[in-house]
Amino acid sequence: MKALLTNRNFAIGLLLTSVFVAGALISFLWTPHDTSGVDIANKLKKPLSEGYLLGTDHFGRDILSMIMVGARTSIAVAFVAVGIGIVIGVPLGLAAAASKGSLMDEVIMRSNDLVFAFPSLVIAILITAIFGPSAVNAIIAIGIFNVPVFARLTRGAALSLWQRDYVLSAQVAGKGPARISFEHILPNVTNLLIVQGTIQFSLGILAEAGLSYVGLGAQPPIPSWGRMLAESQTMISFAPHMALLPGLAIVFTVLGLNLMGDGLRDIFDPRIRREKR
Amino acid sequence: MLRYTFSRLQSLILSLVVASIVIFATVEIVPGDPASFMLGMNAQPDTIAALREQLGLDVPLWQRYLHWATGLLGGDFGTSYTYRTAIAEMIAERLWISLPLAIYALTLSTLIAFPAGILAATRRGSAADVSVMGFTQLGVAIPNFWFAMLMVLVFAINLRWFSAGGFPGWENPLLAMKALTLPAVALALPQASILARVMRSALLDTLSEDYVRTARAKGLTRRQTLWRHALRNALIPVLTIIGLQFSFLMAGAIIIENVFFLPGLGRLVFQAISQRDLIVVESVVMLLVFAVIIVNFAVDIAYAIVDPRLRGNR
Repeated sequence: MKALLTNRNFAIGLLLTSVFVAGALISFLWTPHDTSGVDIANKLKKPLSEGYLLGTDHFGRDILSMIMVGARTSIAVAFVAVGIGIVIGVPLGLAAAASKGSLMDEVIMRSNDLVFAFPSLVIAILITAIFGPSAVNAIIAIGIFNVPVFARLTRGAALSLWQRDYVLSAQVAGKGPARISFEHILPNVTNLLIVQGTIQFSLGILAEAGLSYVGLGAQPPIPSWGRMLAESQTMISFAPHMALLPGLAIVFTVLGLNLMGDGLRDIFDPRIRREKR
Repeated sequence: MLRYTFSRLQSLILSLVVASIVIFATVEIVPGDPASFMLGMNAQPDTIAALREQLGLDVPLWQRYLHWATGLLGGDFGTSYTYRTAIAEMIAERLWISLPLAIYALTLSTLIAFPAGILAATRRGSAADVSVMGFTQLGVAIPNFWFAMLMVLVFAINLRWFSAGGFPGWENPLLAMKALTLPAVALALPQASILARVMRSALLDTLSEDYVRTARAKGLTRRQTLWRHALRNALIPVLTIIGLQFSFLMAGAIIIENVFFLPGLGRLVFQAISQRDLIVVESVVMLLVFAVIIVNFAVDIAYAIVDPRLRGNR
């Protein structure tokens, strides 16, 4: 734990990320203002106006409250998408490594390559064209793209672990490949998965923002950072704060997660810490 | 080399076939019949049936797939449900914006990333290195469409150097390039950040290799060693990333086109989605995936030309 907090990248990243996670959690209980109502009398207030720390939008909605509730959408979408990637991708990667060179390995890796050929936005477009835009479909689109990322990472790491002596002794002791994968391989790839998970989390937040910006993500009235930006676009010349603030929220969250990922990588792998940085 | 190319070609064709089946199957399970959607709520059943026949929706699924796939091979993408025009023409027209935009952005990103990455790697730990790394950290965290909006605010609205959107056409190439400049910069920023980081770490790896020490020992200057030995070897991972980035640029262009109201492929797709013109969606998605698969194939081949060791594997 001490190693975690003395790593500068990790500490700064954790601080930034916690601010937004806390904002999202608090928004379930309390927000400075209601985000569902329209209050035209108070529209387009500048930041630091009385009662509105970050100002209001063209409907008079409090931007701070919107960002807090929007954080919920971003974090939930990205989190579940990473979850999908791990829950499907890791077992696939383990199975591919355990059966290296077999037909199953080949099929798993080839399908991964195929999914990689579809940029996540293109998957999202396909899904949206069929089932209509929604937060759930955004999660599926981003999640599908995460599967090959985790499958490849797990397979690559597991392949070298299969050469270790302790795996050999487990085989001699009569453990099957499935049991070895879960008892001996998985615990040793967890660090890698955590680092990659942090990075995919930040990519997920960016992807969700992009999707809801073009109207393929969470639908109104659920606030999302991407749609706040889309709505601000026509008003950018006289109300630039509407465009600046949700954008900064995205940048800080993503930056925080990336710094955390870098920090974790250094902590888990002291070799890299000495050599590369 | 020939055998390697052939095996890559085989998997290229396989990927294309599987991708086309996946895309076709996904779009075909869509609830809702395009014919009844086009004719509206009050259409007579026999009108719908007639239109279904005209659109070729009355034949079995696999026949429609074969028809569509063989059409694609001959450059015939079918006919748009809503506009009744050949999709190939619609796509070709839009491609003249999306493709130059992606190439423009790729060029910019490479032009920024190479010097930045080389500077950071050769002066590792210096102020230059620290600031390049800081900028790239920020560059990957900024959503490109937001960056685009900020550039519109500064360079189009406040300074009036560029127009805020739209495309004047290619009659005047200079004006056209100008209209694509802000979108290309917005697309290039995150890609340049990633590429600069890859360049830096690849160069740091090669700079610590034995052959670099040998080159220095035989009397080459630092600069000569860098250009003749280190940089050439560092290009291999960099090339892979450039290939991968192409797919992100094509996808990114879809969003950026919306910021700048550019009538490219991205806007075509969104129009088609809202009009349930699924055959257009299908064809554009197939084209994008096709482009990505082809580029990755080209990178694989380029890779094998640069590094003969790779030809044996796979």
